[in-house]
Amino acid sequence: MNPSMVISPSFFSVDGLVGAVFLIMVAITLIGGLIACNSERLVRSVAGLIVCFVGVAGLYYFLNSPFVAMMQILIYVGAVAVTISFAIMLAAPEEQKRVGPSGPLVGPFGFATAALLAGGFSILAIRTDWKVMAKINDGSVKTIGIQLLTEYSMVFELISIVLLIAILGALVIARGGREG
Amino acid sequence: MSLLTLYNNINSFLVIGAILFGLGIYGMVTRRTLIGMLIAAELILAGASVNFMAFNRFTSPDPVAGQVFTLFIMAIAAAEAAIGLSIIIAVYRQFKSIDAEDTVQLKG
Repeated sequence: MNPSMVISPSFFSVDGLVGAVFLIMVAITLIGGLIACNSERLVRSVAGLIVCFVGVAGLYYFLNSPFVAMMQILIYVGAVAVTISFAIMLAAPEEQKRVGPSGPLVGPFGFATAALLAGGFSILAIRTDWKVMAKINDGSVKTIGIQLLTEYSMVFELISIVLLIAILGALVIARGGREG
Repeated sequence: MSLLTLYNNINSFLVIGAILFGLGIYGMVTRRTLIGMLIAAELILAGASVNFMAFNRFTSPDPVAGQVFTLFIMAIAAAEAAIGLSIIIAVYRQFKSIDAEDTVQLKG
């Protein structure tokens, strides 16, 4: 076992600063997630979603995957969040008539369900003794590219067809009822 | 185990994934508008991706598989957002509302 996992590093050492940056990323992720599912206006909700995705990209950086972190920012923050903002501007009424939950019991029961699921998964994760296996390659961007075009080439082609059909379907559905 | 060494431990990433998933479920249950539900679904997908990446980094022998899986989750999420938002726009054109409880045309 790595000795740095047992001995607590000083805050001003390199390890300590890395740990502090990790805690900041976790805080950004959780605060963004809380804003995304609790704010009263949808635009603020999307802003919280963007903050949350930037934090998740930081977590991916800590998981040895700078490529996936960049893709997270490009695809989620750059494309998905912008698409959702467009939809809010096109479809959401100026004044949300009723903002809160639809019944008096929805909030508490929803919170109970979410807390039960999150707590259960957390306890399950902490109590399990995860086996660590030796790596068979380095997981670099070059290896990802080679494997995408050899071992995962079929899935790669299928996902591009799925995206093409999704874009065409979105155009057809959104144009359908348009008058004039 | 101190706070500053949490980044080197699989459990912290799994707990963050579980919390993101729980936030997504909470938003999905309590949101009234369809766009709010879509945002909550994105949170759920982010939680799943964090889990995949954590297992990829700490336990999997092949550190490429989890990254490729996360890339595919991103592509599926983009497709889902495009289709879902165009459906929401079509629903808004029909009902003049994106409240999930106003779309009750089939209710007897």
